[in-house]
Amino acid sequence: MALKTEEIVLNMGPQHPSTHGVLRLVVELEGELIVNVKPHIGYLHRCFEKHAEAMTYPQVIPYTDRLDYLASMSNNLGYAIAVEKLLKIEIPERVEYIRVLMAELQRIASHLVALGTYGVDIGAFTPFLYCFRDREKILTLFEMTCGARLLYNYIWVGGLSHDIHPDFQRMTKEFVEYFRPKIVELNELLSFNKIFIERTANIGILPVETAVNYGVTGPMLRASGLKWDLRKNDPYSIYDRFDFDIQVGKGEMGTVGDSWDRYFVRVQEMEESLKIIEQAIDQIPEGDVHAAVPRRVKPPKGTVYSRTENPKGELGYFIISDGSVNPARVKVRGPSFVNLSVLAELSKGHLVADLIAILGSTDIVLGEVDR
Amino acid sequence: MTSEEIYNILQTKFGDKILGFESELPVESYIVADPMAIKDICLYLRNDENLKFDTLMCLSGVDDANGEKSKDEEDMDVITGGTLSVYYNLDSIELGHKINLKVSTPREDPKVESVESVWKCADWHEREVFDMFGTVFLNHPDLRRILMPEDWEAGYPLRKDYKNPEFYQGMKIPY
Repeated sequence: MALKTEEIVLNMGPQHPSTHGVLRLVVELEGELIVNVKPHIGYLHRCFEKHAEAMTYPQVIPYTDRLDYLASMSNNLGYAIAVEKLLKIEIPERVEYIRVLMAELQRIASHLVALGTYGVDIGAFTPFLYCFRDREKILTLFEMTCGARLLYNYIWVGGLSHDIHPDFQRMTKEFVEYFRPKIVELNELLSFNKIFIERTANIGILPVETAVNYGVTGPMLRASGLKWDLRKNDPYSIYDRFDFDIQVGKGEMGTVGDSWDRYFVRVQEMEESLKIIEQAIDQIPEGDVHAAVPRRVKPPKGTVYSRTENPKGELGYFIISDGSVNPARVKVRGPSFVNLSVLAELSKGHLVADLIAILGSTDIVLGEVDR
Repeated sequence: MTSEEIYNILQTKFGDKILGFESELPVESYIVADPMAIKDICLYLRNDENLKFDTLMCLSGVDDANGEKSKDEEDMDVITGGTLSVYYNLDSIELGHKINLKVSTPREDPKVESVESVWKCADWHEREVFDMFGTVFLNHPDLRRILMPEDWEAGYPLRKDYKNPEFYQGMKIPY
């Protein structure tokens, strides 16, 4: 007698702890093998782009905080750079250095959340606490600078909201000293853990051609072996002055572009960020951080697409100015949105239990996917 | 390669399908193309040895709001005529050059060819544009709303004359 088989449809989410927010996945299964995954997004949709049209240019900045809420500084920076391109204004050196410092500290903080929660997804709870302990130190630095711990509204068009605290440089140096050994600790605890490697190596392999065709960027693209980092390949701000490497996936534990590679590229990038911080921290020149902040932001007619390297990938702002004080159109190309669209491609043919391991390695923030 | 050189190449190749080149604008210039030929143009841009535009960085819908504006009985803006546009920001990772394309479609019947088969990344971007502006992408494999609820009947939110509905599926929407 022939066995009757049919595909099962499994619904994951929106309320599911491993989906990092409110994401619903409709999974088609054949036995335990994934045939297809359909992400349903939009549960956090608040139409940021419509809001932005009713705001003046500086008023949009607090909204950008809430896109990728784990990397608010980087979102502010991307938006500020886009509007400055429209306005064609020069930024004081001091502001540029502080911006780079903040963006790199933010990168470490964002990667720490990504790595910690990835451990939790797979069943390793302890590294999560270690990561959050270290992230706390960065949040303290931010709190000291602008008073906020999560949503900063710190980087403004043409400048910054506050100058840095007199203790900021000393404490950042202390943090760098403190944090270097902690990366080694994290590696011993999680990265080279046998169980962790078994769960992630050779899982969810993303070939580089697929990655480029899907527009995947950031650590995910680099894990597939392509040396592509906007800080080097399309430098913005003052990134061309610093010496750091682009880390790429090498397939040490399995195949190039697997989940472990995506994880480990983030670990290595934290080290690179520390390098940039070390170089920048002593070079901050004196100056006024408000000097170039325009009283009234009213760019001429025009369009701009400006992109920056966020912790999660390429964050693009497409802004159309109609010559008034409100932007006519602000479109955000969120890295999480694009990186999530490749999920079905990644998980086909894997076991359903690996789906969470794959999703965790893409490191999405739903606030940015849904906008 | 600069945008102007690429414009000249495209013009000799596609002739009247390329409608113009906007370069006076500050910051970024773009090439205006025919919405029904955009797939062929993109395919050529991707495959040609000297161009090799391997990624689509961004695809954005825009309401140009250049039609006739009037007020309805509730004093809300209504726009008739004019165009909806789609902007494409392309990038070549291998050769390191960028280009912007633009297509415009009439507001009453917006139809653009889908470039999903050229860059997979366009799939979700095009769905978002459809969701927010109602621009129909021909030959798109799965053109559904993506961010708004699938049964949203009040129109397309990012159009300039969008009106907030009072009810959604019989539920009052609080503001």
